[in-house]
Amino acid sequence: MAMGETQDVARGGDAHAQLFFGSQRDWQQAFNPCIQCGMCSGACPLAFAMDYTPRRAIYMAREGLLDPILQSNTLWLCVSCYNCTARCPTGLKITDIFFPALRDAAINAGLKLPSEFKRALDNTYRYGNSLGEGPRKRIEWTKGAGVPVPIASQLRRPFDVLWLVECYPSYHPRNIVQSQAMARVLHALGVDFAILGPEERCVGDCERLSGEKGLFESLVEYNASLFDKYEYGQIITSDPHAYNSLTRVYPEFGKSYPVKHYVQFLAERLDALKPLLRHPVDARVTYHDNCCLGRMCGLYAAPRDLLRAIPGVSLVEMAFARENAMCCGGGGGGMWLDTVISQAAGERLSDRRVGHALATGAGILAVSCPFETSRFEDSLKSTGHESQMVVRDILELLDASMHGREGAAV
Amino acid sequence: MSPSGQDIWVYAEHQRGVLSSVTYELLGKARELAGALGGRAVAVLLGDGVHPLTATLGAADIVIAVEAPSLAEFTPQAHAAVLRALAQSRAPRLLLFGATSSGMDLASLLAGSLRIPLIVNCKTLTAEGGRVVATSQLCGGKLLCEADTGDGPAVVTVISGAFPAEQGVSDRTPQVEVVPLPVALDTVRMRVTRLLEPAPGDVDIAKAPVLVAVGRGIQRADNLPMAEELAAALGGTVCGSRPVVDQGWLPLSRQVGKSGMIVKPRLYFALGISGAPEHVEGMKDADLIIAVNSDAQAPIFSVADYGVVVDMFELLPALTQELGSRKTAAA
Amino acid sequence: MNIAVLLNMVPDLVEELEIDASGTALDTQWMRYVLNESDEHALEQALLLKDRHGARVTVLALDYGEVEDTLFSALAKGADEAVKLAGLSEAPSKRAAAAAFKTALSGMACDLVLTGVYAIDDQDGHTAGLLAGLMDLPFVGVTRSVEPADGKVLVQKEYAGGLAAEIEVSLPAVIGVLSAPQPPRYVPVAKIRETRKTRKLTEQDITGAESLPGPTIRRMFKPEAAEHAQMLEGSPEDVAKQIVMILAERGLVP
Repeated sequence: MAMGETQDVARGGDAHAQLFFGSQRDWQQAFNPCIQCGMCSGACPLAFAMDYTPRRAIYMAREGLLDPILQSNTLWLCVSCYNCTARCPTGLKITDIFFPALRDAAINAGLKLPSEFKRALDNTYRYGNSLGEGPRKRIEWTKGAGVPVPIASQLRRPFDVLWLVECYPSYHPRNIVQSQAMARVLHALGVDFAILGPEERCVGDCERLSGEKGLFESLVEYNASLFDKYEYGQIITSDPHAYNSLTRVYPEFGKSYPVKHYVQFLAERLDALKPLLRHPVDARVTYHDNCCLGRMCGLYAAPRDLLRAIPGVSLVEMAFARENAMCCGGGGGGMWLDTVISQAAGERLSDRRVGHALATGAGILAVSCPFETSRFEDSLKSTGHESQMVVRDILELLDASMHGREGAAV
Repeated sequence: MSPSGQDIWVYAEHQRGVLSSVTYELLGKARELAGALGGRAVAVLLGDGVHPLTATLGAADIVIAVEAPSLAEFTPQAHAAVLRALAQSRAPRLLLFGATSSGMDLASLLAGSLRIPLIVNCKTLTAEGGRVVATSQLCGGKLLCEADTGDGPAVVTVISGAFPAEQGVSDRTPQVEVVPLPVALDTVRMRVTRLLEPAPGDVDIAKAPVLVAVGRGIQRADNLPMAEELAAALGGTVCGSRPVVDQGWLPLSRQVGKSGMIVKPRLYFALGISGAPEHVEGMKDADLIIAVNSDAQAPIFSVADYGVVVDMFELLPALTQELGSRKTAAA
Repeated sequence: MNIAVLLNMVPDLVEELEIDASGTALDTQWMRYVLNESDEHALEQALLLKDRHGARVTVLALDYGEVEDTLFSALAKGADEAVKLAGLSEAPSKRAAAAAFKTALSGMACDLVLTGVYAIDDQDGHTAGLLAGLMDLPFVGVTRSVEPADGKVLVQKEYAGGLAAEIEVSLPAVIGVLSAPQPPRYVPVAKIRETRKTRKLTEQDITGAESLPGPTIRRMFKPEAAEHAQMLEGSPEDVAKQIVMILAERGLVP
């Protein structure tokens, strides 16, 4: 490979297709452009706990010293927060290429994988979701929505919006109520939508970042043929991770689908939404910018517009907002490496983050990513602040404002 | 094989000179079945120098004792060979084994080699007008299967604790038939080279039959000894939910849940555990779950078999004491 | 050393189990199958023997319940050959499985047979021990390790309470594996996909396997599932007594 080509490989464009199909030597060469400035290590919230910091690991990898890194904790401590990627002056895709490639190398070398991590990948392969729940159970949540939730295969007609519910919002008890809220909000807006139901399989963002390239490829193939089966206007999703992969990575496999996250979709319909927000939610609210929507995709205004539209809400910003937001620690396999990470670091990133939220004096921490609800609620409990603050997805707050107490969990 | 009589045989399982509880559980059931069928409850004791054990097998009508140096240490092949020869000549209706490490091996070997029916993991065994019906537990207890054991001989394995041990305990002196080795054991192609004690130091909670689990409700590390006392009284081990391990009150090896161990003990005592999905994933398949929490809305109560809404610091001492006084009464 | 690993598919409990119209068997319409957990350990044990001592590993499985993926996955993990045994009309009982494997193994020169010691759907027996009984081979079950030793194997058999016995077994023999010394290895999806394209399964017919007598199933049913715990009421002392009674009924009071 010519010098110019390897630089491009790591910077973008064909990067994913190349590195996930290519040989190991490719990615070692791909990081030649690294100037060893240390911005990545400085920005990384978990570098302090890593055996080798990102900067050091990149240097070692390109010098052919891969083994020590694979034996270290470094590759398991990345939560895909994209801080390094956002700050790298040479534009290297550290989050999307370097760490997944390390994990891919570890998996292929037959190294012992953290058991929870392995289980999550086995589950996704077998059941199409990392939680290991059965496909038929994917629509259980719709029973408590209070409004019809059409399933595409049963609808048998074109529809406007394909709503990709994704895995945690379909199965996790704390996130199911958010999906139910979203169904009610969409219904109130008269949106002609449908979900995929038992046919739905994970978009695979976390599996991709976990280095399971074969699994991600098979999910891309599956999802592409599934999306092509139906006639609809656009795709929306409640999961920023799905949004991340569908928007930035699927196209590199030649699979482009128009996707919006619910914050964009609803913000575009603010004029229709506002009159429906009848009940005040009298609270000081602070919003946490999640990594995928925020730092990676620049969606800072939409969620804030939605929150400000709710009567009674007084929005305050916490420290480290927008592109400087601190990750909750759940991304890129972080949900399956929680114990590995917290044992190495001695704390959870979400514990630190709720500290920022609490400092604003807000009573509600608003989020828009399904991992965050339980992570932050757990952190509030562990740090002894559960009586001072509650965590609510924007959907739950919109639903509460629309339907009053019976519609929400506030 | 020749048509069977109506005797119910119990393989008397023993280890290090002590008969296992399951032996008595099976004997009690054997008495009941034999009575209904018009046969005898027979205990079959194999080993070397185990004659003293026959004294406690008084619930049996007769004890068949086979002793030989080659039977000193248990090997499946040697014991199965002896049982096979005995069963062939005497044709019992049923051969009962505990669903234990040795019981499982013997039951399958016998059924395969004698080509007779086998039913495993039974919870109930009932005589119904000359038939013997067994109910097996499958798929972690999600499924039950009721089957007829046939005219005999047939082999059955029974889950430990399914029948009360008291019914198999008697101070009567049993009739003992000392039987010489019915088959040469020189064709046995295995031998025990050594016994391995459990490693000292930390316990594998996935192997513990009883677990006392503590959650945030335990509040402080100094309250752990209360849980440990209960665990000791139950012959179990203390484990915990993730927050307890995070605090450093228990080592990582004791963590139960999605990011810890998945456990399936016979008894899971959940103390001050709310029942978050990540924890429940690790213990929902326990045979019996008893939950104690001061919050009546705690999600753990949808997973538990029995629940108590109480301050655990009031319940624990009472419970440990009750267990202790039962022990004294039994002794 | 030539090792045969016997793999069995069992009902996947992730989906709800249903009883069929006859009331004596599972309804297989929505049922999915998964590789029996202790068979997965048996495969891992065999692969460790291959990695460390150069054994040759052949996996065998009866043709039902999405077995092809399991066989290709075993090849991807390192098995030398994978044999699909045809001739069954449906998921077999354990005695039928044992008889089928006996037929398949009779044509093979094999020193050691490794398979899981039990399965979640065992009712008419445990395949491992039944097979050993049918073939009149030495058998030890509930093992946590298998090591070669001068043409024999040294196995560790686990008992309750953490006790174990080390047993030297002459070959050929059948071992019922409980667990391998390390957890079953992960095989990357890319490797399984590649294996499906580059390797072929061997096919063998086992029709005419011995038919063995078994129990007559009268009915299969689901126990009553409670949605909520049965709540115990009263003073701490009252509740303590109730709890101890519940435990005693189940033989849990030492």
